[in-house]
Amino acid sequence: MDWLDQVPDPEIPVISVTDLGIVRGVSWEDDKLVVAVTPTYSGCPATGVISMDIETALRDRGISDIDIRIQLAPAWTTDWLSEKGRTRLEEYGIAPPSPAGGPERCPQCGSTDVERISQFGSTPCKAQWRCKSCAEPFDYFKCI
Amino acid sequence: MSALFEALLRLGDNTLILGHRVSEWCGHAPVLEEDIALANTALDLIGQTRMWLDLAGEVEGAGRSADDLAFLRDAWDFRNLLLVEQPNGDFGRTILRQFLFDTYHVELLHLLAGSTHPQIAAIAAKSVKEAIYHQERSGLTVTALGDGTEESHAKMQQHLEDLWPYIGEMFDDDAVDLELSDAGIMPAPSSLKEPVLARLTAVLDAATLARPADGYHQRGGRNGRQHSEHLGHILTQMQWLQRAYPGATW
Repeated sequence: MDWLDQVPDPEIPVISVTDLGIVRGVSWEDDKLVVAVTPTYSGCPATGVISMDIETALRDRGISDIDIRIQLAPAWTTDWLSEKGRTRLEEYGIAPPSPAGGPERCPQCGSTDVERISQFGSTPCKAQWRCKSCAEPFDYFKCI
Repeated sequence: MSALFEALLRLGDNTLILGHRVSEWCGHAPVLEEDIALANTALDLIGQTRMWLDLAGEVEGAGRSADDLAFLRDAWDFRNLLLVEQPNGDFGRTILRQFLFDTYHVELLHLLAGSTHPQIAAIAAKSVKEAIYHQERSGLTVTALGDGTEESHAKMQQHLEDLWPYIGEMFDDDAVDLELSDAGIMPAPSSLKEPVLARLTAVLDAATLARPADGYHQRGGRNGRQHSEHLGHILTQMQWLQRAYPGATW
């Protein structure tokens, strides 16, 4: 798992695939290393790239027999984002998911006076918001 | 054709054809945010399609992949609702069609998440989160346009009159449905009617749109007997590459 924590998310490189909570388990089946990965959004084009990146990272560590298994259940939820991941997202300028359905504060200036521009954003996992204090638009990591 | 295979095609073909339709907006929507929203919705639907059609291919056991099923079948083999193959029209019509489908889809997926078939339950539990998000947005947009200007209201009311006859097909039971509902694998479509209509009516009321009277409804998509002429046109766009260059891959 520590090795996989060094594999960045291809769309949001400040967090790793383990921060994202999509690596559900790593186990040995004889000489084969089985990695269970759950997709974030059904159609997210990054899913294929993530599997490839995980495989490459493990090969670089000398493991040759690798099986990446896509696991659908239980379905991925933003509750699985790590605390480190949430902090890094905010530092990067993306408001982390909040059960309230919107960002707690502007990741730039910290103001709570924010409004939604659109429910969808540059990737399936994000929405577009705007800060009414500093007037900066920002991405919000949708809560699902 | 087994009942389970047929039922999985119905699920996957709905999301495939609607996903393709919605993707036609890419680069053409009225504002950038809506363009992105429509493209993201289409992406979710196509992602769901891959899960349903992969499972359909597995159940069929003839070695067909999701891609084979999407790109190498002809119109009469498709099992989608007639609603989803209807042309986009203007933005309001596209959003209304989306809202009608989303409302049905959320209800259906909620029930499928409790299926006795573990793979179906897993795909539905994953998809329903996306469908709820789509419905939230399409419902809000329908409300804003219906309860908007005189012109937007009149257009939305007309779109509603035009699309309403395509709702009934969602609730028709046939032998396939009954076999699967008896086995606890999928709900009988007729059982969706009451909750779906209640939800539709609540949003239409908020949108100040008058719900059309129930009467004759179009059917023939779910069983593939009589698709509208639009499906063939979609397929010529969607399938031309595989037809022109069989077996082409990235």
